[in-house]
Amino acid sequence: MYYLKLIVRNALRHKLRTGLTVLGIVVAILAFGLLRTVVDAWYHGSEAASKSRLITRNSISLVFSMPLTYSSKIRQIDGVKAVSYANWFGGVYVTEKNFFPQFAVQASTYFDLYPEYLVPPEQMRDFQRDRKGALVGRKLVEAYGFKIGDQVSLRGTIFPGNWEFVVRGIYDGAEPKTDTSQFFFQWDYLNETMKRTVPRRANSVGVYIISLASADRAAEVAAAVDREFKNSLAETLTETEQAFQLGFVSMTEAIVVAIKIVSFLVIFIIMAVMANTMAMTVRERMAEYATLKALGFGPGHLTLLIFGESLAIAGFGSALGIALTFPVAEKFGHSMGTLFPVFYVNAETLYMQAAAGVIVGAVAALLPCVRAAHIRIVDGLRSVG
Amino acid sequence: MKIPFSYTFRNLWTRKLTTLLTAGGMALVVFVFATVLMLEEGLRKTLVETGSYDNVVLIRRSAQTEVQSAIDRSQAALIESQPEVAFGADGERLVSKETIVLVNLIKRDSDKPTNVMVRGVAPRGLTLRPQVKIVEGRMFRPGASEIVAGRNAAQRFKGAGIGETLWFGQREWLVVGTFDAGKTGFDSEIWGDADQLMQAFRRPVYSALLVKLNDPAQFNAYQARLEGDQRLTIQAKRETTFYAEQSEMLANFIRYLGLTLSIIFSVGAVIGAMITMYASVASRTAEIGTLRALGFRQRSVMAAFMFEAVMLGLVGGCVGLFLASFMQFFTISTMNWQSFSELAFSFTLTPGIAVKTLAFALIMGIVGGFLPAMRAAQLPIIDALRAA
Repeated sequence: MYYLKLIVRNALRHKLRTGLTVLGIVVAILAFGLLRTVVDAWYHGSEAASKSRLITRNSISLVFSMPLTYSSKIRQIDGVKAVSYANWFGGVYVTEKNFFPQFAVQASTYFDLYPEYLVPPEQMRDFQRDRKGALVGRKLVEAYGFKIGDQVSLRGTIFPGNWEFVVRGIYDGAEPKTDTSQFFFQWDYLNETMKRTVPRRANSVGVYIISLASADRAAEVAAAVDREFKNSLAETLTETEQAFQLGFVSMTEAIVVAIKIVSFLVIFIIMAVMANTMAMTVRERMAEYATLKALGFGPGHLTLLIFGESLAIAGFGSALGIALTFPVAEKFGHSMGTLFPVFYVNAETLYMQAAAGVIVGAVAALLPCVRAAHIRIVDGLRSVG
Repeated sequence: MKIPFSYTFRNLWTRKLTTLLTAGGMALVVFVFATVLMLEEGLRKTLVETGSYDNVVLIRRSAQTEVQSAIDRSQAALIESQPEVAFGADGERLVSKETIVLVNLIKRDSDKPTNVMVRGVAPRGLTLRPQVKIVEGRMFRPGASEIVAGRNAAQRFKGAGIGETLWFGQREWLVVGTFDAGKTGFDSEIWGDADQLMQAFRRPVYSALLVKLNDPAQFNAYQARLEGDQRLTIQAKRETTFYAEQSEMLANFIRYLGLTLSIIFSVGAVIGAMITMYASVASRTAEIGTLRALGFRQRSVMAAFMFEAVMLGLVGGCVGLFLASFMQFFTISTMNWQSFSELAFSFTLTPGIAVKTLAFALIMGIVGGFLPAMRAAQLPIIDALRAA
């Protein structure tokens, strides 16, 4: 108790310096937390992926499609419970800045495979009945103000033309990690239009989604699907939804790695600032430490005082930084709109922030402690700050 | 009268640990700042310089990339037969009708798949792009299942090295050469014969056309006529503009992320400099009083402390820049969101970036040193002398 009082009093001796240091730590811990959250957001697709779903695509790359007839062939394969399909649409809503994913999906089967998209039954019925119907996610509703019955026009980049849709339903996510920034419409609408305008591109499917009877048989079923279409014009590559999503992450891995490195750099920077504060503090108090030593306090006591002060400052700053992370992340996620469909602070991020705070405090006290503990009483009493 | 510079240097030298930590913190911030600028410059160099000013890229209207685009043969013939199109030495028009697709290849270092652009070019494709040179092996033979790989692609992807083979479109493609495109985007691509690739992918249409004009000034007339033609559904862009737009999103992302980080980090470094300078002033109160008593003016004291802060910034700036210059040895490869394909680019240091970086470091020093220097200058002489 006595030590605690001494530590707090010591920390508050230079209010300006302590205040500045705390401010620096708050900024650093906050930046660290946000950067980790950005990295987490990058992985959200694979986090939310189900283990009992497989994705089949053309083995050349996603740019190539597969014939519609594969659907019935895949359904015959042992271990497959249900099959649906979708095409990436890649349309532009008003301007190119308004990016959100749009998929043409097989309207009667797709949502059975994705129970995490919650749609009221009557809205689902309206959507399935209207060839031009669209289902939009809650996040899109927040970002663009879509309402049920709204007309939405998208300019096709992959599928030429202007496409008109009517919002028939709004879906919510079953969990916070569910992506609700997507726009779904009927695959049949896409296909019928393509039959009319570019017949050679009709009846082609971007990806097949396979629901497995049992998640344990994923590898076996994936191999069976690919074997079925071997040596055909459109060979396939089947992988779990998670692997499929991780494939996207790995393509932009360099950015993720850079953000991770930078998030540690900010901790190093604040460590230098904190270490500097402690070094100055201890240098100024050398005479006091010598006095304490002369009174009979051992190096252990001095170490405790210095470590305590360093940890107290770093701990206070970190706690403030962690507390601020939530509102700032919320604001940041909102301002980014649909760029990061899922943006929330993980428990793991909090632990890492706390750990970073403790490490900064401990490392900063290290060198000053050694100095204070080793100073000879005579030199210490003589020293001028 | 001015306080001698040696006074400042000695002060910094006496508090070695503090000087080192403050300058070190600044150096890290400067490093991040410089790296971001270098990355942006590298990306700009790679994509902006990919095109040449007198070439025109034609893609389908409302397509954003070559991969999304499709131009059928009758439209291609119309585009080709315009009077603005230049003739080559052999009397043929300088037009390359190309098919561009993405193929999934595996990275050599991480075994992970990524999208690589495969470009089917006409034999004239090389004449139109003088920066592309075969550095190893030979060019593909028209009509054969042969391909050549850009330098970056050959290094990074399994099966893209010379003598290796790639399997796609139900065929085995032999890599017969490696080309160097002078650090442009083509270095990340694989090229083959357009007709062969169209066969293999069962594509009856071209993706894009590259046309060389007689005179770059004729571009506007050429563009207006083609885009106004009812028979055509295309858009024409200068090759330089086209590639600059392809990298816009990635460049903006790097710039905004980098600048936000630099600003946040510089708050930390400025605080560090402030703490150091305040401490420096506090521990030298008596000294300052003596200097004032000796007849040095307020502004001289202020200048001496500002100079000390600026020196801290300069040391941090130089160290940070020195460290960042080593980043030039690294190449970064990531997916370009717009073209959906892998693109390699390196950190590029230019004199302009060096100046900007040092200026940034000095500003951090000035901002951090201003308030403490003010305090030093305004200390009352008598009180200051008594402080000892």
